[in-house]
Amino acid sequence: MLDDATPLFTQIAQRLAEEIADGALAEGERVPSTNELAAYYRINPATAAKGLGVLTDDGLLEKRRGIGMFVAPGARGRLLDERRRRFTERYVQPLVAEAGRLGIDPDELVALIRQASHTPGGITL
Amino acid sequence: MTATITVSGLTRRYRHHLALDDVGLTVDGPSITGLVGRNGAGKTTLLRIVAAQELPTAGRVLVFGASPIENDAVLRRMVFVREDQTFPDIKVRDALKAASWFHPHWCGELAETLIGEFDLPTDRAIKRLSRGMRSALSIVIGLAARAEVTLFDEPYAGLDAVARRLFYDRLLAEYAEHPRTVLLSTHLIDEVAGLLERVVMIDRGRVVLDAAADDIRGEWTTVSGPSAAVEQLVAGRPTRGRRRIASQESVIVAGALDDIDHLRARELHLRVEPLSLQQVVVQASNPAAEEPNDRTHA
Repeated sequence: MLDDATPLFTQIAQRLAEEIADGALAEGERVPSTNELAAYYRINPATAAKGLGVLTDDGLLEKRRGIGMFVAPGARGRLLDERRRRFTERYVQPLVAEAGRLGIDPDELVALIRQASHTPGGITL
Repeated sequence: MTATITVSGLTRRYRHHLALDDVGLTVDGPSITGLVGRNGAGKTTLLRIVAAQELPTAGRVLVFGASPIENDAVLRRMVFVREDQTFPDIKVRDALKAASWFHPHWCGELAETLIGEFDLPTDRAIKRLSRGMRSALSIVIGLAARAEVTLFDEPYAGLDAVARRLFYDRLLAEYAEHPRTVLLSTHLIDEVAGLLERVVMIDRGRVVLDAAADDIRGEWTTVSGPSAAVEQLVAGRPTRGRRRIASQESVIVAGALDDIDHLRARELHLRVEPLSLQQVVVQASNPAAEEPNDRTHA
């Protein structure tokens, strides 16, 4: 369920952030508690708490005393902005760089992207 | 503040064998710490001395700030579950009753639930139980005691994977509801990796690694693919366990790989696999394996 590459608390934070970005966890909705996360992922409760802490520090979750943690207003929008920025960095920039090396000019690249997105079973974003 | 467990300068010498060599360890507050290492490394000796079932040659152990030796007030706040625990010739039910008298926080309800889950026959004599059932009984006592200091020394002899899973899940649930200081000695590291906050590794009687489990994760990576490309990626980094076949090679590199490294690895068509906690521990038990990295860029 979890991998060996990154600290477990980071993975917990990432999973929850993904669910918020996808809308699976709506703004204002209660997120699983430390103990629920610990039991589900079979991890130490302290690790689960640390994962929740990352999102709280980023202002994506807010604590309501005695009730639990909830998705903060505006969390989804901020996560999507962040994802778009990363998309450019991770995919668009390397794509443009590699295209340049192959002598594909920007117009040609755009045409290729259009073509791929019109091909059934092709790229879906 | 007094730490829950303080071990300092602990040495235990048997006639020709140094089982513990100047071991220091502090555990404070509720946590689950994994005590790992090869068989015969000294894990059991350490736990036995912490539980006052054995005396050290030198050094000392304090539990709740006091020596546990013949100290009933301290011993009642601890439970020690040994590998292959031996019991007097009594029935399962009687062993549970005796444990309930000794441990002040004993939870009879939990014991009943666990007895059912592990399918233990309460009216059977313990000597008629299988090895796995005896382990299960010890685990039930270890969890139901709800002792502030809970020591498990490879408690799963004869238990199959399903029963071990049950043990880990119940340990986690119990710990979440009633936090306590747990020391769990094991060599099945990957099975419990997620449960551990801290990993203490003992090798030939010495502590060779003591770190937060999260700090260990991702610290070592296996890189494999065409030799020239592997060398290009790992140049300048500490490496271990280099293996070659024909033009292919596989090497373990220290230090986490960042995004740039991963991009380069992809460009070079290299496979990158993080080491599991278990594999990291194998590396840590073999420090001599470090290789000089004087190779130039390929």
